[in-house]
Order: sequence, then structure tokens, then C-alpha cells
Amino acid sequence: MLVWSRSGRMLIWAAFALVFGVLFLAPLAVILLSSLADQWNGVLPSGLTFEHYTDVAQGAAWKAVKASLITGFLASALALVSGTWAALALRIQDATLARVLGVLFFIPSAVPSVSVGLGLLVAFSHPPLLLNGTIAIVMVAHFVLISAFTFGNVSAGLARLSPDFEQVASSLGARPAYRLWHVTLPLLAPYLVAAFGLSFALSMGELGATVMVYPPGWVTLPVSIFSLTDRGDVFAGAALTIILVAATLVLLLGLERLAGRQTR
Amino acid sequence: MSVPAFTGSNVMDVDAAKIRGAGSNVHFDKVSVAYGAHVVLHPLTLDIAPGEILAMIGPSGSGKTTALRAVAGFVRPASGRIRIGATDVTDLPPYERGLGMVVQNYALFPHMRVEDNVAFGLRAQGADKALIGERVKDSLATVGMSGFSKRYPRELSGGQQQRVAIARALAVRPRVLLLDEPLSALDAQIRRNMVEEIAKLHRDLPGLTILYVTHDQTEALTLADKIAIMRDGRVSSHGPTTELYRRPPNRFTAEFLGRANLLPVTVAEGAAGPKGLAKAKLGDAVLAGAGRSEKPGDRTLLCIRPQHLSLTGDEEHTNRIVGTLKEVHWQGELTHLVLDVDGTPVRVSATRLPVSLPERGSAMPLFFTPGDTSLVPEDVRG
Repeated sequence: MLVWSRSGRMLIWAAFALVFGVLFLAPLAVILLSSLADQWNGVLPSGLTFEHYTDVAQGAAWKAVKASLITGFLASALALVSGTWAALALRIQDATLARVLGVLFFIPSAVPSVSVGLGLLVAFSHPPLLLNGTIAIVMVAHFVLISAFTFGNVSAGLARLSPDFEQVASSLGARPAYRLWHVTLPLLAPYLVAAFGLSFALSMGELGATVMVYPPGWVTLPVSIFSLTDRGDVFAGAALTIILVAATLVLLLGLERLAGRQTR
Repeated sequence: MSVPAFTGSNVMDVDAAKIRGAGSNVHFDKVSVAYGAHVVLHPLTLDIAPGEILAMIGPSGSGKTTALRAVAGFVRPASGRIRIGATDVTDLPPYERGLGMVVQNYALFPHMRVEDNVAFGLRAQGADKALIGERVKDSLATVGMSGFSKRYPRELSGGQQQRVAIARALAVRPRVLLLDEPLSALDAQIRRNMVEEIAKLHRDLPGLTILYVTHDQTEALTLADKIAIMRDGRVSSHGPTTELYRRPPNRFTAEFLGRANLLPVTVAEGAAGPKGLAKAKLGDAVLAGAGRSEKPGDRTLLCIRPQHLSLTGDEEHTNRIVGTLKEVHWQGELTHLVLDVDGTPVRVSATRLPVSLPERGSAMPLFFTPGDTSLVPEDVRG
């Protein structure tokens, strides 16, 4: 125990509550209240209503939810496959090469997402790879931004995996593909699920690159929220934000249960 | 839950004849392993006969695990060839070598039940369901784990997990069983039991060739038909277990394999007679011991094991040295004495002490038989 005295522990808890309350809870609470506010001119809203939710539900909200979920799911799945593949491949490379390629994988996450979107627009606005104006460019943007995290998560899992499992499997006659499918991937499952969850959450909240590349008819939730608030419809934006948080939370909780089952 | 031991009756029940006779010989032909410029295994030439247990022992970094991994196919030799039976396996991938392997941390697949772990190798090799079922049953019975087939590894103790790991390796009917420090993760009591049970297993499956890597000399002495003692990537000595223990060919072997008192002596007479006894001088005392090709005047070491030193003389214990008693440590079953003999500390392990032991600092005679004594040359590497 780092802090032994009772008063010291109370002080630490108070500091934690203050930081957590101000930085994490307060903004979310304000968004939640905004999404339910009838009018808000004083310290608190003058009345509560579900009108903003019904408004956004009648508008393009569900299309945005659908676009975000599909984009998040496909981009995360693609990132999971390629990130896992990269992590498995780099594991058997020379240590220096593995380190260099590992760092290269993280470069897109160090570049502002707007710049990634701009880069994709410039790169894919001319034949032969004309993706500008398609849904595919949104998927590619999300894939580029989240694949580093998938790779990082899976690499961390692989690093913790004792080589004995795979070596024993090989010595018993398991060929590489059989070994991968029946030993390596099941043992990595908790990390794969975590990697997918993180990628999905990042994708659901991605705005910078998406706003540069999204085509008409494929407006994701963050883009919708940005548009609404930009037009001054803060309450509707808040309602959509709560929908976004709820959709992401439901999926992440589901994944966590799945990961829990894998590690039991 | 208590676990039945590997018993002869278990094996008889499960038609162990199918496992018997499965072993092949292993031949290392000048096998070396290097990582860049760093040689971890110098050219090694060694044979393991079919059905033999060869224990490779040595300190950390001595190359014993590297040698095992070269047989398994996990390290590629820089030079030399490895043959298992008539097959040159040097360039074969691990999954085509027909081996079974058991490692220190068991490496049971945590997401599979015991029966699926044991069936793993056969399924990987595409065996048919009926054969898999039969082999799983037989292998689990062989290690006394039949009642645990539906459990997950996390529901088993360390000893039980290691039995399952052995069953998993046996199920594929390996040509050679590789055991890489298989008991190191177990506590002392379970380790002792497991050593006895592995010895029993090999008596029941005499055809099984086993390469057993350990740093524990007791495991090696109990189990192995032959021992190879590794040092700095080379075989320091290799031979039948009892021979190596009784007549160690060098100081390192004498000290690594059991405890040894090594007294510097000068050869007085070379080995002679049917027992090959030589005579050596230690101060004024002339002592007899098994010799090799020493010549009079050679300086060498006289090796006596602590338990072979007696506090009383008789017609068999004809060698006599006198030392100064320094320390007495009572350890229940044994009492350890430390004496100073001509500046060399000499340890004695006695099961029974005389009624009155001399005071510390007093002179005390020690007796031993020539047959329990051998002359050992100073370190010879390789």
C-alpha cells in the first residue's frame, strides 16, 4: 500500500473524485442534460424533454448509427486481420527489422487524422485508384487510423504467449496452419477481442479524417454531431452523442463478456 | 483428489505393448549450434540407443537445452547432422520428426480439456476418431489420469498437469520422448514422487527412447541409463550413469554429479591387479584407489564421496587419512562433518555417529575402501 494513513487515503480519494468528476463525469453529465433539456438559460435546464431524441430519430440519426456501426465493424475486422497477420509475421523476423516495421505501423496514429484524410483524398482522387466519393475511402481512413492499435494489442498478447505452447504443438505433429488455428489464435483470443473493441471504439468516435472524405449518404455519427452543433443545434447534437455513447458501450460490454468467457 | 500412481497394472490394463518398442536411436553427428559468432553448442557427437534414457545435465548455459531443441527442430544446427533411427531429420520441420515433448511449464493448452490435450497430436496428424479415442484412453491410463479427462488444465495440480503433458506426448507414439526439465516447476516432495513414477513408466515402456534434460543430478542419477555432462557448450563427460558416478573422468564431473571430496595426491604406483588399483601418497599416507593410466610421480586427485567415508576402520576400510574436525551439522537422517585434511576441506556424511565425537579442532581418523575411491585427473575439457 503506497499510502498507509487513513487521512492520507481519504485525501487521495478526494483528489481522485475531483479529477474524475471534473474531467470525465461533468462533460458527460452536461451532454446528457443537454440532450434532455427543454430550455437551458440558467445553471440548470428549465425543463426536461425527449423531444431531441424523437427529432433525431425522425431525421438521419438511424442512418448515421448504421453508417458508424458498419464502418466501425468492417474497419475493425480488417484491422484485426491485418494487425494480427503483421504481429505474427514480425515475430519471426530479425529483431531490428521487427522493431523498425513495428514503429512504421504506428506512424498513422501520430499524424493528425485530418492530415490522414487529406492524404487519402489526394492519393485516391485520380484513376486508377479512384476512391474519392465512395464508402470505401471512409473504411480505408478508419483502417489506417486504427490498425496500429490493433497491431499493438495483438503484439502485446503474442509477447506474453510462451513459445512452449506452439513448440509442443509442432513437436506433436501440428503443421503451421493447424497450430495457428487450434493453438495460437485461441490463446490470443482475449487480446484479439480487446483489440477489436479498442478499434471499434476509436472508429465510432473518429471525426477528423471522416469529415474530409465522407461521401453523401454515408454520414457517420460524429460527422452528424459536428454538423448539428455547427448549425447551432446543440441539444440535438447532444442527443446523438448519447446515442453514440450508448451504441459503443453496448458493443464494448458485449465484447468484454466474450473476452471474459475466453479467459475463464 | 489423490491421483493413482503410474502402476504396472495400469499399463497392463491398457495394452502397453503398443507403446513398447516404439523407440529409435538418436545420433548427433558433429552437431554445432551458433547464434551469430556466439557458439552455444560445439561439435557434438553422441548416440542415444533405442530404449535408452540419456540425461543431459549441466549448469545454465552449458548447451544441454540447445542440444534437445536441435533434436526437436527448434534450432537449426550450424553444422553436423541429426539422425533419428534411419532418418536424417536435420532439415525436417519439427512436425515431421515424430517426437513427443514435455517442457518445464507443462504447456497444456488451457482452452482444451485434458482429453483434447492428449488427443491434440493425433488430431493434428489426421488420425481417425476410433484410434484417437483408444489412444487417449490408453495414454491417460498409463499416467494414472483416467478420471480427469473432462477437466481443464487449470483444474489440475502441477503434478497432475505434468502427467497429462506426458500422456499427451505418449499418445502420438513418439520415436523419441524429449523431456526438457520436466520437473523443475514442481515442489520437492512431488518432484521426488514424479522421478520415481517416470522411472516406473520407463520400466513399463522399455522401448521408449528418452532424452532428458535437467540441471538436477538426482533426477539424472535416478532415471538415466547414461549421462552426458555438459559444460560451456561441450560434453565434459559421457557414459553409463553408475560408471560416471563411481569413476568420474574429470574434476567437473566428480563435483557436478553428486558431492565429492577431491584430495590432491601424488601417484606412487600405477594401476595394477584385477581391480586396477593404483597407489597414491597424501602426505605420509599411502592410499589405494581405482586408477587409470597414471604413472608414478603424477599429481592427480583422489575422489571419495562423503557417504563412503567411515569414522571407524575395519578390514574393508583399509585407506586411512587423518583430519582436523571443523564443523558438525546434524540434519536428521544424516550428520555432516567437515574436516581439514592437509588444507583441503573434506566432507563426511554419516548415518550413525560414535557415542563420543571428538571436540572441534581435534584430530580424527577417517577410513574408506579402495573400491569406493578413484583417481581423477584435473579438469579436462571436451
